[in-house]
Amino acid sequence: MDLVRMATARVVSLEPLYKETVPVRQSALVIGGGPAGMMAARTLAEQGFPVHLVERQDTLGGSLRNTYFAIPDFDTTTPQQLLGDLTAQITENPRITCHLQTEISRTSGFAGNFTSTLRKNNGEKTEIEHGVTIVATGGQEYRGAEYGYGSHPRILTQSELETLLAANAKLPTLADPLEIDLESIKQTIMIQCVGPAEQYCARTCCTTALKNALLLKERKPEIQVIVLYKDIRTYGFYERLYKAAREKGVIFLRYDDAHRPQVQLTEEEILQIKVTELTFQKQFTFEPDLVVLSMPLVPSDGNRTLATTLKVPVDQDGWFLEAHVKLRPVEFASDGIFLAGVAHYPKMLDEAIVQAQAAASRAVTILASPERKAGGAIAQVDPELCVGCLTCVRVCPFEIPRINTQVQGVGGLWGAAYIEPSVCQGCGTCVAACPAEAIELLHYRHAQVESQVFSVFEVEWIDRTRKR
Amino acid sequence: MAQGTEPHMQIVAFCCRYCAYAAADLAGVLRLTYPPEIRIVQIPCTGRLDTLEVLHTLEHGADAVMVAGCLEGDCHFQRGNIEARTRVKRIKKLITEIGIEPERVEMFNMSSAMGRQFAEAAQEFTQRITALGPSPLNAERREKTEIIEM
Repeated sequence: MDLVRMATARVVSLEPLYKETVPVRQSALVIGGGPAGMMAARTLAEQGFPVHLVERQDTLGGSLRNTYFAIPDFDTTTPQQLLGDLTAQITENPRITCHLQTEISRTSGFAGNFTSTLRKNNGEKTEIEHGVTIVATGGQEYRGAEYGYGSHPRILTQSELETLLAANAKLPTLADPLEIDLESIKQTIMIQCVGPAEQYCARTCCTTALKNALLLKERKPEIQVIVLYKDIRTYGFYERLYKAAREKGVIFLRYDDAHRPQVQLTEEEILQIKVTELTFQKQFTFEPDLVVLSMPLVPSDGNRTLATTLKVPVDQDGWFLEAHVKLRPVEFASDGIFLAGVAHYPKMLDEAIVQAQAAASRAVTILASPERKAGGAIAQVDPELCVGCLTCVRVCPFEIPRINTQVQGVGGLWGAAYIEPSVCQGCGTCVAACPAEAIELLHYRHAQVESQVFSVFEVEWIDRTRKR
Repeated sequence: MAQGTEPHMQIVAFCCRYCAYAAADLAGVLRLTYPPEIRIVQIPCTGRLDTLEVLHTLEHGADAVMVAGCLEGDCHFQRGNIEARTRVKRIKKLITEIGIEPERVEMFNMSSAMGRQFAEAAQEFTQRITALGPSPLNAERREKTEIIEM
């Protein structure tokens, strides 16, 4: 009964909400020139929208540049071929403007009407206007000192092994570059779940490890490949790679957190790995020629800074957080900002590309129409009650209220707060903070919330302020 | 409503639309029960929670006020729940000054997936308030009503 009374009390005080029409700037900003960013930019440009593609480094490609081998039986093109095709399509497309060695220093506005400042490495600044933003900043391979990484030239990461297999050349990333001759390698040990991957599964490392293990076996079947793992997770149909690896004779040894493999260097400078095999409860000592660490993908360095600039959330590990896992998977809670690729969480190449296309399609829903309705349940300032104390300016999580000097506040003094209806997110933080009660959140007015409460106690709600 | 079934305590829960209200909804879907003393009022974000509104609620008959928002760091509006936490602290201080137990106002944090936790929090809170008895403001009001009736 109370519930009905409460609902009725609220309904009585409801009023129609009005939305405003604002023009849309029909162009896009794509942050990140990796596979996801390039694909998103291409998809948008092909649909006729001008795109600004911003890349931090001096070339396009991102992590695709260090990927050489396709996953056997799955990928239709090789990564390098895809990189070449995409780069060509991007540079040839007149609708795409590439900003290399550039980062976003500031962005403001709302869906359909963003203004961003791009800062080049040399300090040069450009201001661009765009209707949507797509975040595709990707990730990077973790480089920590776990299992002696960096202390010995024969301890590599999976991507370094891939480079080695592709070029069989010197590895510039190592402190002491050493020509590793594949012919001399007899035994390779791979260690899975390194560093941050002990906390979260980085999705791609098992598949990459199996891909590289199969490549090694293909080059030289006599090589013994041992994979030390906690749990092999080859997502989706990549399970077939595991089967193929077993068939080719790759050895899988399981370890757990209590028995991590011990990597050490003997006095004779020989690499040694001590492993406790869980089934036999027995310790083995290996002297491999190559130790390959399956370093997980971690968020790009700039992710947190960019998150603050765009005012979008990241999760505890630093990955960008979508609005809803199932219902709004490629967009942020803030309208007009979308995400694609590894910036979201580690993904395989094909998944990143599909997500980029999805993000671009979602972005088109905003870009396609020349104008957009905004507002509704938003906060409104009554300038006649506003003393211009700046409390709302300070508390607003989106920095939207500002003081409009053209409006008279309390006592006829010039300057009262103004909240742009098309940007207001409608959280009501300013309403509660306003000491003068000059702000009302439409659809959640004081009268609407309080009358609901009062109806429970069968007390009539009385407006006790001067206005309202 | 029949006199016999009238809940003894009256607790108003301000729940944010994105997390706590959804959690309460989920509690219902999961067929979990929470005490009938709880009356839920939806607000867009706990950041919208006005100090004065909570005080009015207590003034006009609530024995306790429960504020439930998103987990810290997960607020849909970035830091509305942090603002609310500060406000709840302030309200506790204010009501202590006029002789109401600060335990009558409490902030809870939960995600929209935490239906079970919502039901548990509601149950624990109701038990706590039942142990405390009616709000001092209500005791006075109830006495008055009785006198008039006689």
